Order: sequence, then C-alpha cells, then structure tokens
Amino acid sequence: MSSKDVILGRVRAALRDAPAPGEVPREYRRTFPGADLDLLVDRLVDYRASVRRVAEDTVAPTAAEIAGGTIVVPQGLPPAWRPADVLVDDGLAPDRIAAAAAVLTAAAVAVAETGTIVLDASPDQGRRIITLLPDVHIVVLRPGQVVASVPEALARLDPARPLTWISGPSATSDIELNRVEGVHGPRHLHVLLLDG
Amino acid sequence: MTTFLGMPATAPRGVGHLRGDTTFPRAARQALGNEQLRRNLRHATSTIRGKSSRVIAELPDWQELRTAGSAIKADVMSRLPELLEQLEARVTERGGVVHWAADANEANQIVTGLVRATGSDRVIKVKSMATQEIGLNEALEAAGIQPVETDLAELIVQLGNDRPSHILVPAIHRNRTEIRDIFLAAMPGVDPSLTDDPPVLAAAARKYLRETFLSTRVAVSGANFGIAETGTLAVVESEGNGRMCLTLPDTLITVMGIEKVVPTWRDLEVFLQLLPRASTGERMNPYTTMWTGVTPGDGPREFHLVLLDNGRSAVLADEVGRQALHCIRCSACLNVCPVYERTGGHAYGSVYPGPIGAVLSPQLTGVEDNASLPYASSLCGACFDACPVKIDIPSILVHLRNRVPHPPAERAAMRAAAYTMDRPRLYAHAQRAAKLARIAGRRGRGLPPPLSSWTVSRDLPAPPDQTFRDWWASR
Repeated sequence: MSSKDVILGRVRAALRDAPAPGEVPREYRRTFPGADLDLLVDRLVDYRASVRRVAEDTVAPTAAEIAGGTIVVPQGLPPAWRPADVLVDDGLAPDRIAAAAAVLTAAAVAVAETGTIVLDASPDQGRRIITLLPDVHIVVLRPGQVVASVPEALARLDPARPLTWISGPSATSDIELNRVEGVHGPRHLHVLLLDG
Repeated sequence: MTTFLGMPATAPRGVGHLRGDTTFPRAARQALGNEQLRRNLRHATSTIRGKSSRVIAELPDWQELRTAGSAIKADVMSRLPELLEQLEARVTERGGVVHWAADANEANQIVTGLVRATGSDRVIKVKSMATQEIGLNEALEAAGIQPVETDLAELIVQLGNDRPSHILVPAIHRNRTEIRDIFLAAMPGVDPSLTDDPPVLAAAARKYLRETFLSTRVAVSGANFGIAETGTLAVVESEGNGRMCLTLPDTLITVMGIEKVVPTWRDLEVFLQLLPRASTGERMNPYTTMWTGVTPGDGPREFHLVLLDNGRSAVLADEVGRQALHCIRCSACLNVCPVYERTGGHAYGSVYPGPIGAVLSPQLTGVEDNASLPYASSLCGACFDACPVKIDIPSILVHLRNRVPHPPAERAAMRAAAYTMDRPRLYAHAQRAAKLARIAGRRGRGLPPPLSSWTVSRDLPAPPDQTFRDWWASR
C-alpha cells in the first residue's frame, strides 16, 4: 500500500461524519470607487518605494540617472525605454546580474489598495532572477495596469506563469521589530508611472 | 491491512518538534522568571498588535473576508481527498513530482533522498513551519547534508543553537545585543567590529548568505497555499530570501501540510488579504512568489512537492478539533494572548506555540503526549476574535481538556463535592466547616495538599460570615 493510499485512506476515515461541502459566501468587496493612481502612489511611498510620474520618452534618461551604472533589461523591454548602455538578459550568469547597478522592467498589474506590483515573467519583465539580484529595481507602470483591489489583480493574472508580487523593497523586522530594508532582495524600488 | 484506517495515526514520537521535554506549567514558571524575555515579548506583541489593528481597520469588509476564509477552509476539509488528488494531477502535468509522506520520518527520508540524488551536500532553506515540525534540519545533518536557514530570524535561531519562539518572528525573544553576540560567535567570516545596530546586523547576514544563495543548487521550502485547480504553489515572505531559494537553485523541494490546499485560484483573493494584515500588520507582505510546476528558462529545472500528513488526519477525525487545520499560520493569536505574552513560545514545547499551538500540538501528537497544553490558556477568547479564519480556539481547548486524563486527586475531590452537594444536610455541614477553616486562619494560604495544586495559581475566595441558608433561616 503506497503512502498516498495510506494518507487518503486515513483522511476518508476521518471524514466519516461526512461534513457537507460548503457554499462560500463572498460578500467582500471585489472593487471599490476612488482607488486611483494617487492611492497607489500613497501606498507605494508608505512602503518606502520611490515614485515618479514621467512621460514615456523620458523613461530611458530617468532610469539611467537613478541607476548611475549598468542596467540589466529583459529582452522584451520596449526599445524606447532602453537607456543607451544596457545589459540585455540573454541568459546572463547570476554574478553578472548581481554586479549590475540596477534592473529595469515593465510590470503586469499593480494593486492600488495594497501598493503591490506584480511581475508575470512576460518578455518585457524577463526571468525572475533579474529583478532579484541587483540592488535597485526600476519598474515602469502604465496607468491601465493599475487596479483597485487584490481580487481584481488575481482576475487579470495567469496562474500558469511564474508570478512575483512586490510591495516595496525587501524588508525584515526580525531585530526588535525594527524595519530594515534590503536583507536579501533589492534595497531600493523605483516606480516610473507613465502619464496618460 | 486496513484496520489502521479507522484509527488515524498521530505524529511519531522521537522525531520532530511537537513535544516538549517538560510540562507547560513547569516551563512557564521558568520563563516567567526571565525579565529580559518578558520585556522583549511585551514590546514585540504590543507593536504587532497595534500595526495589525490599524491596517485591519482600513478594510470595511474585514468580517466578510473572515467569513469567506473560514468557509473556504471548512469546504477544503470536507473534500480533502478530492482536492489533494486534483493538486497532484495539476502539479504533475506541469512537470513537478508529487510525493506523499505519512509521517515525519517518511518526509525526512524523501527529502534526504532527493537532496542526495542531486549530489549536493548543502541546501538553502526558506523558513517553514512544516519542516521545523518534522525536524528536517536534524535529519539532513544526520545524513551529512548542511541545511542553511536563510530567513534572518531563523538564521539567528540556527546560529544560536536555539529554538524558535514565535511562528512569524522566531527570534522575538532575542534583543539586538544578544543577536550581535550570536553573530560574532557563530557566523563565518563576520566582521569582529560588528555593532548591534539593526541595519548593520542585517547587512552582515546579507553578506554571509549572498555567497551561499549563489552557490547552492538545492532549496527546501514550505508553502502557504497550494491551489488544487491550477497546481500553483504560493510562498509569502518579506526579505527576499524566499525568492532567492525559490528561483535560484536547480532543484526545489517543497514540503506542504495536506491542510494547506485551497480549491481555486480565486480563493487567493481572500487569503492574500487576510494573511498579511493579521500576521505582520502590513497591507501586503513585501514579496509573494507563485509558481506552477516548472517553467523552462525561469527558475528551478526540477520541482518536488512533498504532501505531509504527520498527524493531520488524526486532527481531521475530531469533529470539534478539526478546525485547527484551518490555521494559515499568521500568528495573530499569539500576539493577543496574555499567556503567550508572559511565557513566550518555548514554554509550549512544540514548534506551534501560543493558542493555536495549544490546540494543534496535542491533536497532532495525541493528547496524552501534550496533556498540559489545553490548560495553557485563560480562555479569555482574544484568540478567537483575532483569528482571520475564525477558528474557535477556546471551544477546542475546552473540548480537549475533557479528553485529557485528570489527576486522581482532582477526580476524587470533584466526586466528593458532587456527593456532598447532592445531600443537603451534608452540604450544610460542609459550609459550616468551611467557616471554621476561615476562623482557623487558612484564608489566603490556599488549600492543603493535594488540593494546593489548584490554589497555587488561583485565589481561594474566603467563605462568607453567614451562609445563605443561615441567613434564610434567620428571616
């Protein structure tokens, strides 16, 4: 008898009283009015992310100025966003990614209420590793990607893709509950919110 | 061959960390004498409570989310076999390998075997209650494999040869000076001029672990949720050590309790709102990673999911106690518990401390192995109010107390009391005797042995000057 059979046998025996499968009441909010870009900015800043509202043609110079060094970009990043001197990820070794000053990516969705940005590894966001090793992560966000709530965000996402939800920079509160940024991931998160 | 099916097996003895060496009252008394510990705990729990209540107050639908979370979990328990098989099928379709572990020993064997097969003698670990529960680190070490905890608090505990004392912040009992001393004594390559400034301590851990992350090919994690419908696993965390472990190595091994399965992708919309706010008091934790099997070109090339029973089916067999399996390990009940705040997590003897530990541990091990834990509570009910999935912990505590074998002296005293109260003349005599005892000056000194064990931690009310019967007779 396999362990699977043992476990499922025990579980079935434990459910001999046949509890009825439940209807789940979902009376919570799916969305709500008033969740605009200002709320997102407020929540991002509260998490010590830095936010700039920029025109699309100034993404490249703004990113270059923030990074002050080599920027890693995924292969599918829109060419107009690319600063002059970038390192395109074509399967870069981890130490080369870690040595870069910053990484610049797009995003899939952002949640205003929680100040969360979700990456889904699309070509303009790249492999998960590139947004993990550099100390600075610069994310470009289009206004149409911003939703009010967590339920709305999940509805837009494809679970088959690897997903990374980011709310502010890496942080720990393990030492006397003092918040310290950047224990392991990027110490700085910059959000470039496009106009219009 | 099938006789055991009606008697679900509990977690095996001698392995893992579900049983303490001593009873709760004895361990608690010792902890109560440690003033530093009590100061650290009071500061930590009150800070988290404040943060949590502020962000919960922002949500007008918090109670509706709790109701939904509770209902989803009840639904999961009612059709657990179906959901587990669905999860296995989806994970397998997406290139993952699913293993079933009936208990801690089997889970440790599976993980050790998988690590050996990679040829690596070191694994990086994401903080995980399930792997602590089964004593995976000890099993790996016995097999010559070095487990490296990468969560800062878990690393502090590991380097200090200590035990975690809180579900969420395992080193909550340590202050900055103690942490600096632990790093100086045990962290390889640490700067000897290390100060106790939290950013400096965090930077030391970052430096030490970076190299390990980049050079270790196998990682072990737990899981916060496993979605049956899609085969997606989710890990929530703060530091980025989780992302490192979940995406950098070639092989990822995830150990997940069978109760962590949720039916649908949509169900995450409830738990991703409940968990961070109840747990760390944040609107959202800094990082959440979700993955489904393996994705060519991104992340681990091999993914193994170990589904762990280890007493969970025994918990499920108890109609009252099974709701303890709804727990999403947020630790909100610890932070509001007046007993936990004074004793800390070590007194509970299990990796699951606080109110949820007091109901979960005795059920996972069999109540006789953790008989003092159902009494490690004042039944004040704060844990029930704080629980984001509405687990009625006080009711389970009372239910379990009835299953604990009572000491002979207590049983005898209760039988004597029942006998006396059934007989009015005897009862009147007993009342008069109680009055005499007061005159004899026992007041404030409690009851004589063996009943003194009751009054050692409770006040014995002084009998009134006049009994109700005497007063009535004088009218």
